[in-house]
Amino acid sequence: MKNSEISPSPYRSRVQKSTFKLAYWTGTWVLTTALLAFGPAFIWGEAQIFTLSALALNIIVGIGMVVSNRNHLKTLDEMEQKIILESLAIALGVGLILGIPYELMEATNLITFEARIGHLIILMSLTVMVSLFWNLRRYR
Amino acid sequence: MKNRLKVLRAERDWTQAQLADELEVSRQTINAIEKGKFDPSLPLAFRASRLFKLPIEEIFIDGEC
Repeated sequence: MKNSEISPSPYRSRVQKSTFKLAYWTGTWVLTTALLAFGPAFIWGEAQIFTLSALALNIIVGIGMVVSNRNHLKTLDEMEQKIILESLAIALGVGLILGIPYELMEATNLITFEARIGHLIILMSLTVMVSLFWNLRRYR
Repeated sequence: MKNRLKVLRAERDWTQAQLADELEVSRQTINAIEKGKFDPSLPLAFRASRLFKLPIEEIFIDGEC
């Protein structure tokens, strides 16, 4: 029997490594998104070649982040996978069932402000966090 | 599904973390299995069977029997 206090197990090492990779890809994606959002206004102005390059870079890095996220999921054990997949499924469902009516509320003038995609992303992110917290407590 | 994981672990004087390392899962997963909150997959049950050198049915007990 190995002593888990001395060195991390192969399983934990794998998870740590994939978590680091996921953090790297997510951080890079956030940076490229910021570049795409603020570049035209503060760095290169009207030069569309730079905007298109920033857009392409953002999409490529975004694909890398998605692949990294999938690889990270595969390194987790079966219960952790179940917890995360359930949380993501709930967030997807909430995004779908509330996202469409929210957009329609603007179209039918039930709300006076603009229904933005950012609101949906915030809602889905919060839903993932709440679901994760709830699921982690459920299996504790 | 009930199981004897906690008893078998205690007989060998192993911690949850040590058992988790051997089975290549997290300590939280071992805890959830011991408490009956999570049922392991067949591959994980086989790994436990090999580790404890016991048949699966002597580790995991079907609650519906």
